[in-house]
Amino acid sequence: MPVEYISRIRDLYLSLGYGAYKWTVNETPPPWQPLRKPLAQCRLALLASGGIYVAGQTAFHYKDDTSFRAIPRDTAVADLRATHFAYDLTDARRDPNVVFPIGTLRGLAQEGVIGALAGHAYSFMGGIYSARRVTEELAPALCDALEREQADAALLVPV
Amino acid sequence: MCHQSVGLIARLLESAGISTLCMSSALDISRAVNPPRTAFLDYPLGHTAGKPGDPALQREIMLEALEAFTSLTAPGAVKMLPFRWSEDNSWQKTAMRGKDDRLPRLDTPQYQSEDDRSRAEEACAICPPRTS
Repeated sequence: MPVEYISRIRDLYLSLGYGAYKWTVNETPPPWQPLRKPLAQCRLALLASGGIYVAGQTAFHYKDDTSFRAIPRDTAVADLRATHFAYDLTDARRDPNVVFPIGTLRGLAQEGVIGALAGHAYSFMGGIYSARRVTEELAPALCDALEREQADAALLVPV
Repeated sequence: MCHQSVGLIARLLESAGISTLCMSSALDISRAVNPPRTAFLDYPLGHTAGKPGDPALQREIMLEALEAFTSLTAPGAVKMLPFRWSEDNSWQKTAMRGKDDRLPRLDTPQYQSEDDRSRAEEACAICPPRTS
């Protein structure tokens, strides 16, 4: 059985004296856009919330940071860094592909499984408590970026 | 919160005509926010795309996940990926239980290393301010 994170996080917060977090619950069906062509012909964008940045870029902060970093698709995995307040960073720092699978996707693009990767992958700090700020600030900005990239499809990787 | 944020972003992208697939290691949070398509990997948080140093496994996981772009045909559907972190799943007993491992929510950049900080601050000295 998968871990029930919502109830565990509620218990953990209560034990620390915090109120229960109000998770977003969408009862209505999500929008639906089938792939318009086979994945082998699609331009795929990677979006990931693990707080990844490239050495030389400004790192994320830990308090509802709604900024993002554009990471060129050819960036060496060795130049990727991870910063985040809410998950164990040990393995992400050892091998960023576990939360930011850019190397994995490059390999599959070379094999022809994916048509191409978008020019940039997009990284952010997903631990944003305000769902409103995600919806009003971060999501539209990423949508604009993906439209500029002419992405057909997006793979989103949370932590 | 990461799974919630990603689900909200996916819903907006999908409504803008971009097909999306969310990977997930927190099934209940993903189901609540209800993105268009989800590929669930039952691994500890921080390993949504595989185990470190095992590119062959990472590739297998990604192939199984990407297949969900075409095999899922109902809005909100979830594909359960056929991988286990360990035989006994003992990691599940302690996940998000007992103690709070989160770091303080500081509002200044938190670098992986001081070297990164110097490099970023040097870069910022010669470029215009930016917000992203």
